[in-house]
Amino acid sequence: MSKRKPYTREMKADWWRKDSFFTMYIIREGSSLVIALYCFMLIAGLFSLTQGQSSFETWLGFISHPITIVFQVLTLVWTLYHSYTWFQLAPKAANLWMGEKRVPDSWIVNAMYAALAGCSALGLIILFL
Amino acid sequence: MAEIMKMSILRYRPETDEKPVWQSYDVPYNHETSILDALGYIKDELDPTLSYRWSCRMAICGSCGMMVNGQPKLGCKAFLRDYAGGELKLEALANFPIERDLVVDMSDFIAKLESIKPYIITQEPRSLDDGCTTQTPKQMEQYKQFSMCINCGLCYAACPQYGLDNKFTGPAALALIHRYNNDTRDQGKAERMKFINEEAGVWGCTFVGNCSVVCPKGVDPAAAIQLGKVESAKDYVIQMFKPGE
Amino acid sequence: MSRSHEPIFWGLFGAGGMVAALILPIFIVITGLLYPLGIIPAELLAYDRIFAFASSWWGALILLVVICFPLWLSLHRLYHCLHDFKIHAGVRTQTVFYGIAYTATIASIVLVLVL
Repeated sequence: MSKRKPYTREMKADWWRKDSFFTMYIIREGSSLVIALYCFMLIAGLFSLTQGQSSFETWLGFISHPITIVFQVLTLVWTLYHSYTWFQLAPKAANLWMGEKRVPDSWIVNAMYAALAGCSALGLIILFL
Repeated sequence: MAEIMKMSILRYRPETDEKPVWQSYDVPYNHETSILDALGYIKDELDPTLSYRWSCRMAICGSCGMMVNGQPKLGCKAFLRDYAGGELKLEALANFPIERDLVVDMSDFIAKLESIKPYIITQEPRSLDDGCTTQTPKQMEQYKQFSMCINCGLCYAACPQYGLDNKFTGPAALALIHRYNNDTRDQGKAERMKFINEEAGVWGCTFVGNCSVVCPKGVDPAAAIQLGKVESAKDYVIQMFKPGE
Repeated sequence: MSRSHEPIFWGLFGAGGMVAALILPIFIVITGLLYPLGIIPAELLAYDRIFAFASSWWGALILLVVICFPLWLSLHRLYHCLHDFKIHAGVRTQTVFYGIAYTATIASIVLVLVL
């Protein structure tokens, strides 16, 4: 008769708190929470834009409210963490070659940061147009 | 042999224990003592009932995987000197059932490795007269690092998605699919795409990325899986234009 | 063995991840810091200017890209987070999560067209 009795350790729902690597993973995924809320805020702005000037100015007042500013600063920090992780992992999802050599990971990461800088500069230029 | 390390080991003896219990040992060590050496000391000098797997002592057989202070490591490739001044807690590899002490039941992992056809498949049988197949350095570079896998299972212990749902094919097996699919000598990609395209294939991965961190052989399963997602997405678009398949 | 339909959502997730990583930050800087703290002249976000921007085809396109894709990123990740937190979600929950992104996308397109 077999004496086998394999013991299965249960993974609890708070598994990600036990290890900093997993905690950072959940924080990375958590950025989607504030990003979604921010996008809904923009949709509200778009809606107010269709309702006329006073409605849009109410929205401008809303985004200038101290609580909304705090929320947006949080969103900015969290979104930039998303950017950081996205850039770090980008080389893994790309198999780029230059002739006989693989494009170094650091090139891809740096190109992503350059693109972030470019998009940001372009955004400001469009704003001031 | 001046230093003494306190090592706590999660013991489980199926014939007597209802659940695993911690047991501590004081182990002398020097600069060269690996965790596997320390386990040998315990087994020989302190407690012959301790069970653990090992063979080559040089990180090639993949037998001595275990959790060292919560991180998956090969016992032969981790050294007590790196934990000096602290305590060592050893536990059987996470996400696998414990068979006894530090020995886990890997049968699910082995079954997955076997299932994905991890060998070169050719449509036409080749004879010796055909000579050897040539490959450029670039062609070899496409799969070489993924062929370094020693099937130790550390990446499965590091993967929360496998821990949450062991239907997930998992890092090593998916990396091995990538290894064969990207070998110019192989023609079995179409057969293996089925394993990739499944929910339990590459799509069970949320890119936690820990598999690539813990791999003792420098394999990057996370990269293989992301490239697998790209392949699967292409395959998905192609099949939309091929009705009846 | 059945093929997963995940490639569709993964594609939208990937586009959203890219947009959120590259373009969203400057939007948040403008609406969350530069404008409310008075660092830039308030006229830059005046109704007429923003209306003109959102009514132009390229302005509308920028707004749709910045609003919709990150929502697909977010709801895709939040849906998978349920599994990470050991909440077993079925097809109905999946429909609700992606349905939110879908509805918001359609709503945004309609709003831009109404302008």
